[in-house]
Amino acid sequence: MSDTLGSIDRRLLDEIASLHSIPQGAHNIRKNGKGISRNSTANIEITPKADKPGIDVVIRPGTVNESVHIPVILSESGLTDVVYNTFEVGERSDVLIVAGCGIHNSGLSDSRHDGVHEFIVRKGAHMRYVEKHYGEGQGRRILNPVTVVHIEENASAELELVQIRGVDSTDRETRISLAKGARIVITERLLTSGDQVAESRITIDLNGEDSTAQVISRSVAKDRSQQVFYFTLNGRNRCRGHVQCDSIVMDQSHVQSIPEVGAYHSEAQLIHEAAIGRIAGEQLLKLMSLGLTEEEAEATILEGFLA
Amino acid sequence: MLVLKHVSYTPEGNGPTDPILADANLVLEEGRLYVITGPNGGGKSTLARLIMGIYRANSGQIILDGEDITDLSVDERARLGIGYAFQQPPRFKGLTVGRLLRLAGGSRLGESEISSLLLRVGLCPRDYVDREIDSTLSGGELKRIELASILARDLKVAVFDEPEAGIDLWSFRRLAQTFGELHEQSNATIVIISHQERILELADDIILVADGRVETPRSKDEVLAVIRDEEACRCSLPTEEGIEEHVGYFRQH
Ligand SMILES: Nc1ncnc2c1ncn2[C@@H]1O[C@H](COP(=O)(O)OP(=O)(O)O)[C@@H](O)[C@H]1O
Ligand SMILES: [Mg+2]
Repeated sequence: MSDTLGSIDRRLLDEIASLHSIPQGAHNIRKNGKGISRNSTANIEITPKADKPGIDVVIRPGTVNESVHIPVILSESGLTDVVYNTFEVGERSDVLIVAGCGIHNSGLSDSRHDGVHEFIVRKGAHMRYVEKHYGEGQGRRILNPVTVVHIEENASAELELVQIRGVDSTDRETRISLAKGARIVITERLLTSGDQVAESRITIDLNGEDSTAQVISRSVAKDRSQQVFYFTLNGRNRCRGHVQCDSIVMDQSHVQSIPEVGAYHSEAQLIHEAAIGRIAGEQLLKLMSLGLTEEEAEATILEGFLA
Repeated sequence: MLVLKHVSYTPEGNGPTDPILADANLVLEEGRLYVITGPNGGGKSTLARLIMGIYRANSGQIILDGEDITDLSVDERARLGIGYAFQQPPRFKGLTVGRLLRLAGGSRLGESEISSLLLRVGLCPRDYVDREIDSTLSGGELKRIELASILARDLKVAVFDEPEAGIDLWSFRRLAQTFGELHEQSNATIVIISHQERILELADDIILVADGRVETPRSKDEVLAVIRDEEACRCSLPTEEGIEEHVGYFRQH
């Protein structure tokens, strides 16, 4: 099976999923619009959707310490790949799902992947979801992911959404709904350079009593790139929500951060913190006074910030 | 040996203003510990920042071991062996204490060296190595980490800017001890900007800086005798007015 993966494919897989070959456990690898390797396990069943491109992933109740890898790679120029994936994380299970998309576009036309992922995290379950986006090559690379997560009673999810290099245009939408006692933590990392543009909308509905949400978003915009963030917290019950977003602007880049905080219950506690600015001069001077050049100091600060 | 010859500094900006440091002349020798003291706003940090290259002298020369470093950048001076512990160290989201110390000390710094550095500044290694240098650290913790980042280096000239700020009394003894050990064990030129008598006690020479003027170094005994005389019936620490009086004394003599 692994002979269907060339060296470019392997590099893309490494960037987005730290995979060097086809993984042993549950997985579905999609390349240039087609599934090229799929494996279900005793507890995790993966089946292709009958009516549209994509898969259904069903994780049996009580499944713990298992993972699912579902990377997508695009190495053919000019392809638009749209995919719908649905995940059901069974009650009391605790799993890791690694998604992500790597695009190598060496041609002139746009390569584009629009992934729509919907998750249902059942009662008492925990899901960690890691999604990395990466692009390379001369042609334009476009990624427009939609992530919808329903978290049931006393269940929790951690989302790590990372886009560090090579995506020219992204429009990311993330929608979360939380039932009673449900928890979500979203960590977002974004770096844009050149003429790249990125938009991210995160909307969280805190519907259940004692639900909690935390968003930690950090981004760096270089050159002439542009970023717009929308964060919406809707507190519809006794709940707590906290958004912290920090951006570093460099060169001629633009960053906007637009908060929307709505309390529809008197015991909803919602906080939005936003900070945008350039790298502090004192930070550069401190590292330079340890012997780092200005470029090394800048790279060190950005690397830490986006870690 | 670090020599300052006729160094003046006027900040850039709105029109001609008085220099905040005027015609500073100073010879700082190897293996000696100098304490710089004087009233707030007198120009002590400005002097330190001029030595590090954070501020650039408008006129005059700075010479390290015979080499003119006046036009060298901060990182070039750092690589020649000059170090500066900031009065107000910056915070870094995402940068850990361990990483900062490794950047400071270079690859030769292993896990055990990092632990012993943290212990020397009174921080428990287990609790701090992986901590981010962000706003969750207290001012005193930040100052100790800053101190460790300078102790991590092998320096010819080490300048510490009010290292005692934000540090409690018990740790302060430990701090004074750390400087004492550093002085004994290395041949570096050590410069400490401080208002604390316990630190003044460590000095070979004391330098008064006030009103943008740098006085010639005087021996500790001479300066402390004056301070003790004048403060005999006050508490032990020199107050700002006290220092003004000493400055007056030195001007007259
Ligand atoms: N970059 C600067 N621009 C303008 N004024 C400055 C600058 N740096 C220091 N000063 C001023 O110069 C004086 C001396 O400051 P400083 O050297 O920090 O004093 P000290 O460390 O002795 O308290 C103060 O009045 C301060 O406000
Ligand atoms: Mg000062």
